Amino acid sequence: MSAGEESYSAAGEVSLIKARRTFAENLWRGLKSAPPTALFGMAVISTYMLFAIFAPLLAPYGEAEIFPMSYAPWSDEFMFGTDQLGRDVLSRLIYGARNTIGIAVATTFLAFLIGGCLGIAAAISQNWLDHLLSRSVDVLMAIPSLIFALMLLSMFGSSATNLIIIIAILDSTRVFRITRAVSLNVVVMDYVEAAKLRGEGLGWIMRKEILPNIMPPLVAEFGLRFCFVFLTIAALSFLGVGIQPPTADWGSMVRETAGLIQFAEYDITAALTPMLPAAAIALLTVAVNFVVDWFLHKTSGLKD
Amino acid sequence: MNTKNRGEKGDILLEMKDIVIDGYSDDRWHEIIKGVDLTLRRGEVMGLIGESGAGKSTLGLASMGFARPGCRITSGSIMFDGIDLMKASEAEKRKLRGSRIAYVAQSAAASFNPSHKLIEQAVEATVRHGITPEQEAKSDAKKLFADLQLPNPDNIGDRYPHQVSGGQLQRVMTAMAMSSRPDLIIFDEPTTALDVTTQVEVLASMRQIVEQYHTAAIYITHDLAVVAQMADVIKVLRYGETVENADTRTMLSNPEKEYTQSLWSVRSIEKDEEESKDIILKIENVDAGYGGGIKVLDKVSIDVPRGHTVAVVGESGSGKSTAARVITGLLPPSKGRVLFNGQPLPLALKDRGIEQLKKIQMIYQSADTAMNPRHTVRDVIGRPLEFYLGLKGKALDKRLLELLELIELDETFVDRLPAEMSGGQKQRVCIARALAAEPELIICDEVTSALDQIVQKGILSLLLRLQKELGITYIFITHDIATVKAISDQIVVMFQGGVVEQGMKSEILSPPFPDYTKLLLSSVPEMDPDWLTGLLKERSEEQTSV
Amino acid sequence: MHPVIATVLQRLALGILTLFVVSLIIFSSIEFLPGDFGEAILGQAALPETVAAFRKELGLDLPMYQRYLDWVGNVMTGDLGNSFSGRGSSGGADRSRPVIDLIAPRLANTLFLASMAAIISVPLALFLGITAALYRGSIYDRLVNALTLTTISFPEFFVAYILILIFSSFLKFFPSLANIDPTTDFWVRVHLTALPAITLMLVIIAHMMRMTRAAIINLMASPYIEMADLKGVSKSQIIIHHALPNAWAPIVNVIAFNLAYLVVGVVVVEVVFVYPGVGQLMVDAVTTRDVPVVQACAMIFALTYILLNLFADIISIITNPRLLHPR
Repeated sequence: MSAGEESYSAAGEVSLIKARRTFAENLWRGLKSAPPTALFGMAVISTYMLFAIFAPLLAPYGEAEIFPMSYAPWSDEFMFGTDQLGRDVLSRLIYGARNTIGIAVATTFLAFLIGGCLGIAAAISQNWLDHLLSRSVDVLMAIPSLIFALMLLSMFGSSATNLIIIIAILDSTRVFRITRAVSLNVVVMDYVEAAKLRGEGLGWIMRKEILPNIMPPLVAEFGLRFCFVFLTIAALSFLGVGIQPPTADWGSMVRETAGLIQFAEYDITAALTPMLPAAAIALLTVAVNFVVDWFLHKTSGLKD
Repeated sequence: MNTKNRGEKGDILLEMKDIVIDGYSDDRWHEIIKGVDLTLRRGEVMGLIGESGAGKSTLGLASMGFARPGCRITSGSIMFDGIDLMKASEAEKRKLRGSRIAYVAQSAAASFNPSHKLIEQAVEATVRHGITPEQEAKSDAKKLFADLQLPNPDNIGDRYPHQVSGGQLQRVMTAMAMSSRPDLIIFDEPTTALDVTTQVEVLASMRQIVEQYHTAAIYITHDLAVVAQMADVIKVLRYGETVENADTRTMLSNPEKEYTQSLWSVRSIEKDEEESKDIILKIENVDAGYGGGIKVLDKVSIDVPRGHTVAVVGESGSGKSTAARVITGLLPPSKGRVLFNGQPLPLALKDRGIEQLKKIQMIYQSADTAMNPRHTVRDVIGRPLEFYLGLKGKALDKRLLELLELIELDETFVDRLPAEMSGGQKQRVCIARALAAEPELIICDEVTSALDQIVQKGILSLLLRLQKELGITYIFITHDIATVKAISDQIVVMFQGGVVEQGMKSEILSPPFPDYTKLLLSSVPEMDPDWLTGLLKERSEEQTSV
Repeated sequence: MHPVIATVLQRLALGILTLFVVSLIIFSSIEFLPGDFGEAILGQAALPETVAAFRKELGLDLPMYQRYLDWVGNVMTGDLGNSFSGRGSSGGADRSRPVIDLIAPRLANTLFLASMAAIISVPLALFLGITAALYRGSIYDRLVNALTLTTISFPEFFVAYILILIFSSFLKFFPSLANIDPTTDFWVRVHLTALPAITLMLVIIAHMMRMTRAAIINLMASPYIEMADLKGVSKSQIIIHHALPNAWAPIVNVIAFNLAYLVVGVVVVEVVFVYPGVGQLMVDAVTTRDVPVVQACAMIFALTYILLNLFADIISIITNPRLLHPR
């Protein structure tokens, strides 16, 4: 046994230790192992971002610029024709990226701000606050969110701000639930108790102890919630109670040009005009879902 | 009859050669078993021992030709009684499982289907494999329940899994495995989740039934003392490789490899107890409970002398951890008070000031959960320095290095994350975090029980040295009597929320014992292979004499 | 009392409480209307007296709790109030209709559409989900997975227009407008409703299949399933005997969740196909800010939603062995 003692030193203790990698290495390893669906998703998302950011540079015409020919066919001048008021469809598609995605991202961020903070706070406190919030969320979730949104919009009217606030609040209930659930797994950890015993305040525990450890599921959830919000806003705009004209937005563009579909037999390009913004919505959601799927698969350590 | 002299060893039943098993993690396949051989004869019990991550369970399951999802047996041969399990079809293997090879899992509660009665599950394999008709199998199962000393053997099978206790479930699972009278049973850490006093009974009944039917078994565990009672031969695994094979007595008395010795070396440290009247912490008549009015602590009083160690021992549910929560203020007691340096402490954590918080620190059982996986050593140790002492920049760095030196780690550790350190190193960092606050009292909650033997020894020596150098007081919560011997001056024995006994180590550990202390002390397995036999004999003699 | 009954009663009480709070929220929507809504509804030219009378008719002069009680009482007896539309100042005559008359025929249409979608999609989705889970990782699983992931990413109106383009514009199998009326014969009705129903089905099947798959995979990862495997129980017996008895709760939850989702999907689909259902009525009412109609529609949707979830929870409770066989 003396042999064991001599050869032992705390610093030299070996075990199955995880190798340290930098963020860039991890990123590269991640990308290398990413399936084609995820790579496709990432490429699509980047392209959309470029279009959204550089919309004024890329669009041939202005967002609300009206030309004297409505429902113009596809041509060199108007690549995808014009809409019912004579606005260039291509330009509106490009500006639509900015408006539709921008509003959806803003809404999702707001929903995470509200739901995330309350969720972590509820998980830490586990007292009346937790009960009150959880019960309120149960009730809010007892009404389908599209229906609730329709009702609220009928009360407050449709404006971009109202839309963002209403959808964010409704969606924050889901964010609250998941944040609370994943935080509860972290809150029971001894290091959170250690921080409480040290005398740390709620804010410090939320930011430093819990948040870093719940980031992976929250990032994935952000992707999923973004898709949901994006589709909800598109649906509302399609129904005519979402983003209001003249702001270019994909949901309303579908509604405005939907009538063209009847002319499919005579001019297929005409019928495709309303399909373009719809496809733009679908493509982005598919892309985000692909990336989230891969991310979830990676972080949950699922094997199959 | 004793396991060890069970007479003739039969023919070879199971022979595994050069087994390689891969596990999938971190986007790659890694070898987790690296070419292990294993030979088991009929009627023989083999102890498979090793630390967590040694690959014991994986190897045990491989003997059934089974690999968990995320694992694959890549090469080697598995011959079970003339059948090549590597070549056998899924259907052929299925025919063996539950009839000739049976498995007893670690977590009985999760391994029983919640929707079916126990007896249905116990005879399922036997009936499905067409070994015996249902009625016959059921009456046999009742007999097995009786053999395993389950209460009410005729009716207990009509209950559902959640209606019986963990120890009983584990025995029902042994009956389930035995139902088809298999040639081989794999016991996968069957008593790890049980309390010591329950463990003794379960071990005894398992050993008895394996002997009775002359069944071969592979007994997987990390607990040497347990394996010493159960096994004829022992195989030591480490990092997926065989370290040593020998029969139990030889292995215990004369281990060859240094690693095996380190597993065997019961800690040689034994602190000389010192008496002291200078009380730093006094708990007076404390009652405490969680919501719903269930009392977890009932009139608990404990005195802790300054600069010394009080070990609090007891089983799960005895209230020892709750006592720690009361001291720290996490669970304000409903009655009683806590005095620190003669002054009453505010009962609730939120009412205590920084100075009060700083003086009582805590170290946890599992360094893995006690350290934020996203914080580096600098964050972990630096935060109390900053928070309590207001240190910043150079001063903080200087103190950080001093603390690292104190726990025998060097400056290369400063920027490591928990995942980049071994278990013992992590626990040392947790000790440094507690020391950083410059406390007077440290509560150690089972701090060594998750560590390997040799590492435990290092940590205990460190704690003793720190006590000597810095005069810190420890409250040491543990269920391990060897640890108690190594570190304590005084012992408090707790049972069902009350203090059974408190006194100097020498008093408590020598007779006469109150009933519970005796039961607890005697139930702790010892390395002696005859311990269980002796204990059972002693207990049955007492029973008859009463 | 048997714990199952106790738990079910508890759940029912919670359901009623939820319903109460939801009704309170829906009721109070009229409170938040901006002050000038009388003019907005009645027209700019409305006389101040007319507006005052209108406010009085709505009971805005009474205390809130009393109006709530009246409202609930009326809703219980099927009186959902009168719609705002048709109260135009021209001529002064009140041509508004009782909300119930607007909703009743449309509710029947919506139920017809939703049940048509549900009857086909529920069994199909469960079959796809369970088989994908059991053959996890196979080509079949991957294919179904990729397809459904794509489908759930599509807005309902996109799916709808693709179907219109293919089956209506080119193949001419089905009409693109589903304008049915009460006199429409059953089979004609089925034909007219085919495209909206298929749209809903595609969306629901995708969601339900993915959730079923996840639930079954979760179930099959339980230690007792591994135990059954190690007991040599055959794969089919593991599923029938060990997985199924524990699968009711998750599966019913998936079904209820998706039927509830149907409630939402129906709104968009009805608008696309100009289908005379409650969803379209609600959207129209929102556009014209016809609050009584919005309230009534919201109440119907919320009620369906709450009842479905209640039903799923009760099934979970009565199939839970821990509650069925108390200690």
